[in-house]
Amino acid sequence: MFLAEVIGTVVSPVQHPALDGERLLLLRVLQPDGSPAAETRIALDRAGAGVGERVLVVDEGNSGRQLVGRKDAPVKTVIVGVVDYVTLDGRLTYDALH
Amino acid sequence: MHLARVIGRVVATQRVGGLEGVPLQWIQPLDEHGQPAGHARVACAVVSTGPGDLVHFVDGREGALACPRPFVPVDAAILGFVEAAEVRGTHLARSD
Repeated sequence: MFLAEVIGTVVSPVQHPALDGERLLLLRVLQPDGSPAAETRIALDRAGAGVGERVLVVDEGNSGRQLVGRKDAPVKTVIVGVVDYVTLDGRLTYDALH
Repeated sequence: MHLARVIGRVVATQRVGGLEGVPLQWIQPLDEHGQPAGHARVACAVVSTGPGDLVHFVDGREGALACPRPFVPVDAAILGFVEAAEVRGTHLARSD
């Protein structure tokens, strides 16, 4: 799993049926200190995340299929939590309230 | 799962069993600015897309799951046509 910042939305009117009704968000992958890694992802949102929030993301197929509830779903990247705060080496590196 | 643009088609009539009739397309993964990120790759297109289209795709084993027959040697599949991708209020890129 990794942390990411939700940076945008993706509108996909024609897609694989396993993704019907799913909300797709564009993510920037983050390093532990909160700085951006040079990677972006598209993820299904299963945690009610919004643009600007930091999220916990799983990027593994079996977990994705469990969440979608279909054994054959071609799903890999799913937002599974919205982050409240993060510490690294005892130091607060992110706080959603501030 | 990633954002990409379809940049070409690949025609390979002679191929392994299970992949008959599945279109192959060149895709260029994109970053959050809509700029190329990493190498272009070939993906199976399980929805109707073509060169110039903005798409999202899945890599790894899940690429094969998207295909009509899931036990095929595939490591990337285009899952959807992207009409719009918006980053903080600005449109990142559009399908051509």
